[in-house]
Amino acid sequence: MSTVADLVQWGLRGASPRSGRALALRLGAVLAFLALWSLASGLVVLLKLFNPIFLAGPWLVLGKLLQLGLNGELWGHVAATLGRVAVGVTTGALLALALGLLAGQLRPVRNLVEPIVEVLRPIPPLAMLPLFIVWVGIGETSKIAFITYATFFPVFLTTVHAVQRVDPLLLRAARSLGARRGRLFLRVVLPAALPEILTGIRLGVALGFFVIVISEFIGAEQGLGYLINDGRNFFLVPQMLGAAIVLGLLGYAGNALVMLLGRRWLRWERPSAS
Amino acid sequence: MSRAGGSARVQVEGVHKSFDLDGRSTPALLDVSLEIHAGELLCLLGPSGCGKSTLLNIVAGFLPPTRGRVLVGGAPVTGPGPERGVVFQEYVLFPWLTVAQNVEFGPRLMGKPAAGCREITARYLEMVGLTAHASKFPAQLSGGMKQRVAIARALANDPAIVLMDEPFGALDAQTREVMQEELSRIQRVEHKTIVFVTHSIREAVYLADRVVVMTSAPGRIKEIFTIKLPEPRDRFAPEFTQYEREITRLVKEEVMKVHE
Ligand SMILES: Nc1ncnc2c1ncn2[C@@H]1O[C@H](COP(=O)(O)OP(=O)(O)OP(=O)(O)O)[C@@H](O)[C@H]1O
Ligand SMILES: [Mg+2]
Repeated sequence: MSTVADLVQWGLRGASPRSGRALALRLGAVLAFLALWSLASGLVVLLKLFNPIFLAGPWLVLGKLLQLGLNGELWGHVAATLGRVAVGVTTGALLALALGLLAGQLRPVRNLVEPIVEVLRPIPPLAMLPLFIVWVGIGETSKIAFITYATFFPVFLTTVHAVQRVDPLLLRAARSLGARRGRLFLRVVLPAALPEILTGIRLGVALGFFVIVISEFIGAEQGLGYLINDGRNFFLVPQMLGAAIVLGLLGYAGNALVMLLGRRWLRWERPSAS
Repeated sequence: MSRAGGSARVQVEGVHKSFDLDGRSTPALLDVSLEIHAGELLCLLGPSGCGKSTLLNIVAGFLPPTRGRVLVGGAPVTGPGPERGVVFQEYVLFPWLTVAQNVEFGPRLMGKPAAGCREITARYLEMVGLTAHASKFPAQLSGGMKQRVAIARALANDPAIVLMDEPFGALDAQTREVMQEELSRIQRVEHKTIVFVTHSIREAVYLADRVVVMTSAPGRIKEIFTIKLPEPRDRFAPEFTQYEREITRLVKEEVMKVHE
C-alpha cells in the first residue's frame, strides 16, 4: 500500500506547488468522499436496500487491493497496463510531434495532413478498436497501436496550433538578431510552442489511460482492464472498484509526471515560484 | 554590409507603400526619400497613422516597399538581418530566456565563443544598469526594465543600425525621461545609426540629431530639422523650447488635417 500512498503524495505535490492549507483541503475532500462512500455502503447493508455486493464499501475495496498487492497479483496487472500506456503514448506523441511540428511550419505538409486528421478526429477512438483487432490481431501489438492512434490526435492538433500561434513579433525580433530557418525553429518556435505542446501531451496521457481499459477488456490475460472485466464476470465488485481506483491513481501520476518534467522547461512562466 | 560594429548609412529611395484594404489599394507612404547619415540619431515624427511604423518596418526588412528601395551601407534591403537591430514598442523579449540569455541571443547565434559572449553581455547589462537582474526572467521585470533589456539585446548584437519604434511610448513620464537620458548617454559611446519613431516632440528634440516631420496619411516628408544643441541637452534651455515650439506648429498643421 505504501506505493499507492506515495503515488497520492507525489500526485498531490506534482500537480503544482500548493500551500499547506490547499493541501489540507484536498486531503479533506478525499477523506470526506471515503466517509460518504462508507456511509452509503453501510446504509445499503443496514436498510437492506439491495444486495450489498453491488456497492462494496471502501474498506472492502482497500482490503481487496491489499490482498492482491500482497500476493503479488496486482503488480503484474499494473505493469502490463503501465507498459502498454507508456509505449503507446510515447510512440503516438513522438509521431504527432514530428508530424505536427512539420505541419505547423510548412503549409504544404499542413494541407496534406490536416484534412485526413480532421476527418478521423471526430470518430471516437473506441469506434476504431474492433478495426484495430481485425487489422493487427488481438495481441499486444493491437493494444499498443490503438493507444498510439488515440494519443496522436490531441498531441498533433495542439502542436500544429502551438507552432502557428507563435507571436510573430518574437519571430521578427529573432530574425533581426540574425536567426534563420533551423535556428529560428530551434531557438524560438520550439520553446514558444512548448507550453501548449505539453498540454497536448497531458491530454494524450489521459486519453491513453482512457482507451487502454477497454482494449484490455478484449483478449487480455493481464492488465487493470482485464481485472475489471474479470471482476464483472464473477460479480467481484471490490476487485472492479479497486482496479478502477488504481487506474485513476496511475492516470493522476502520469499527468503529474508530465507536469513535473514540463516544469523544468517552463520555469519561466511562473519564475517567482521557483 | 559592414558588420564589424560601427554604423552605416541608410538611403531610402523613392519608397511607396500601399496596403490592400477591402480589395482597394490604399497608400500609406508616398515617395519617401531620405538619407540617414552614419552615426546619426534620426527621429521620425508625425500624426498617428501617417506611416512611421510602416517606414521603419520597410527599413527593417519586415515589409517590402511597393515601389522604391532601401539601401543599407550601399546594399539593398531584402529582408531582416543582424546588421539592423530592432527595438519594438511592445517590449519583445524571449520569455523563456533570462535577462542575460536574452542579451546573449545575438552573439551566440553568431557563434561567438562563450567567454566572449559573457563579456559582451556583462558590458551591455552594465550599460543599461541591469547587472543585478541578469538571472531574472522577463516576467519578473517592470516595463522600463524590459525595454532596457531589449535595447541591450539589440546593441549586444553590434548592429550598424538600430531601429526603434516608439520604444518608450508605454512608459510613465519619469521613467521615460530617464530612459531618454540613458539612450543619449549610450549613443555618445556607441555612435550607431539610429532611427527612432516617436509621438513626443520633446523626446525628439532631446534625442535627435535631425527630426523628420511627416505629413498626415499618406505619409510624405514635410520638413527636416537639424537640432544643433550641445549634449547632454538641457530640456529647459530657451533654444530647446524654441525647437519644440517650431516643430509643434508643423505637427499641429498635419494633425489638424486629419481632423478636417
Ligand atoms: N498590415 C497592414 N495592412 C493594412 N493596412 C496597414 C497595415 N499596416 C499599416 N497599415 C495602414 O497604413 C497606415 C500607416 O500605418 P502605420 O502603422 O505605419 O502608422 P504610424 O505612423 O506608425 O501610426 P502610429 O503613430 O499610430 O503608430 C495606416 O493607415 C494603417 O492603417
Ligand atoms: Mg506606429
